[in-house]
Amino acid sequence: MSRVEAPALPARQRPRRLRLRPGKILRQIVLAAAGLTALYPIVFMASTAFKDRAQYLENQYDLPWPLYFGNFSAALRGGTFFLWFKNSVILTTGSVVLCTLCAALAAFAVARMRFRGRDVFFSLNVALMVVPPVVMLIPLFVLFVDLGLVSTYQGTILIYAGLTIPFSIYLLANFFRAIPRELIESALTDGATNLRVLVQIILPLSAPALVTLVVVNALWVWNELLIALVFLPEDELKTLMVGITVFRSRYNLDVPITMAGMLLASIPMILLYVFGQRFFIRGLTAGAVKG
Amino acid sequence: MLRTRPWVPYAYLAPAVALIGLVFAYPVARVIDFSTRLIRGDSGPFVGRLNYELVLEDPTFHAALKHSAILLLTVPVLVAIALLVSVLLYDRVRGWRVYRSVFFLPYILAVPVVGIVASYIFTRNGALNDILHQVGLERLAVDWIGSSRYALLTLMIVIVWREVGFGIIVFLARLLTMNEEAIEAARIDGAGWWARLRYIIVPELRGTMEFYAVVAGITMLAWVFAYVFTLTKGGPGTATTVIELYIYNQGLRNSLPGMASAAAVILLAFTTVLITILFWLRARAREEEVA
Repeated sequence: MSRVEAPALPARQRPRRLRLRPGKILRQIVLAAAGLTALYPIVFMASTAFKDRAQYLENQYDLPWPLYFGNFSAALRGGTFFLWFKNSVILTTGSVVLCTLCAALAAFAVARMRFRGRDVFFSLNVALMVVPPVVMLIPLFVLFVDLGLVSTYQGTILIYAGLTIPFSIYLLANFFRAIPRELIESALTDGATNLRVLVQIILPLSAPALVTLVVVNALWVWNELLIALVFLPEDELKTLMVGITVFRSRYNLDVPITMAGMLLASIPMILLYVFGQRFFIRGLTAGAVKG
Repeated sequence: MLRTRPWVPYAYLAPAVALIGLVFAYPVARVIDFSTRLIRGDSGPFVGRLNYELVLEDPTFHAALKHSAILLLTVPVLVAIALLVSVLLYDRVRGWRVYRSVFFLPYILAVPVVGIVASYIFTRNGALNDILHQVGLERLAVDWIGSSRYALLTLMIVIVWREVGFGIIVFLARLLTMNEEAIEAARIDGAGWWARLRYIIVPELRGTMEFYAVVAGITMLAWVFAYVFTLTKGGPGTATTVIELYIYNQGLRNSLPGMASAAAVILLAFTTVLITILFWLRARAREEEVA
């Protein structure tokens, strides 16, 4: 399941050479050094989480032995961690569902219907993908104060759904366009309505794209800091990402507990990556490779 | 294309357009309006260019602008590292799939987690300096975060550490779709590793490299808030303040929404330039495809 799916490779014809050449050794050295650099901070986080304070102060870079589990219970004490976790789950689920629904409808129109302004809409949509959220921050905050939407799940879900919708429309429209016309036409001759074409033909055929989209958007919302910081300042509404910044200042001197918190906060994403790696990579490289 | 009554496509677009209007269109219109007013609450008297003059005279804004510009220097570094590593992996060295997963791992971690973990590794008595002492490189053990001379460099290292994984995956995905015959032919003709890179791989990858460079450039200008906020908070002093953090601080901490809005409009102008370059590159790539 976690196997990496290689994009169809042409089989290598050349037989593998067993002789080690200096070039090969050099390559392995460069890659191993780069790999260690990529892994080290993660190893630091994980190994520190299993040290007690004395072990950490004695040696910061050694592997932990014996393993100490006290940091995790300390990090979870009081239950705020679970509260933040719950808030992040609610926001991520709400905004991903809302965004996917709206994006699927819009992408259907863009990919499969003719109307005035379609190309302009699609170009503008691509442009919106790169507008920095901080530009909208102040007016949105003022507006949400007026509407009473600050410190509500609904308000923040609307912002996240809005911020993720341009990429979602882009990805889905490109996918919907590639669906063979015959499949849709045969459904139409059977008398299906437009909405039924979308729900019964296009969406099932787009399952891989939808999974990719959900994974990418969920990751983005889960990791977002700025909006969550500004729009959900109350302690009981904080997201996990805002929570861990609070956590850091609270346990500033106790590095192992902080690292246990960081590790706990990373587990959902690491699981998502391990089980959904191919959706992940496909989603993140969508558009990039063709571009 | 489906045949529909003329209003039907707009009905499908409506929910997405409503979200885009709420999160992008209205706030962008409003931020331009805000930037010309002395804002108290949700509006205020018109003051013309005053906010822009105040922003352009503010030494903190100059620092923020300079630091955001310096962050753009990481773009060629990211492209170079991603190119080197992806080409090494493309040669199918032993274990390239494992390496690919390892290099992508940092990109899985949330930016706030990365920032906080790095803040402990790079602190004066942190793991990095510990290691440097152990291996006899005391001279390199500087105060990575606490001194204004090195803090921005540290920020750049951390950003490159996480972001380069994306570049590697994108470049490798593109390389794997490449026609291998040209490379084989060049190899048979005696072209060395460097010549193959310079004359075959780089021209082939040019579109992908340009795309990635633009995306990374936009990231540096507009998406680094979470790094700065968790690693340095913009300090020491203003040594790592970037435009995003400046807008956040002026708008929400110093209660100067007019100035924050003027800075936001300036940021929007910069990203618009980058988006235009992106569109231009895409249009050119499409023309080349046709030709």
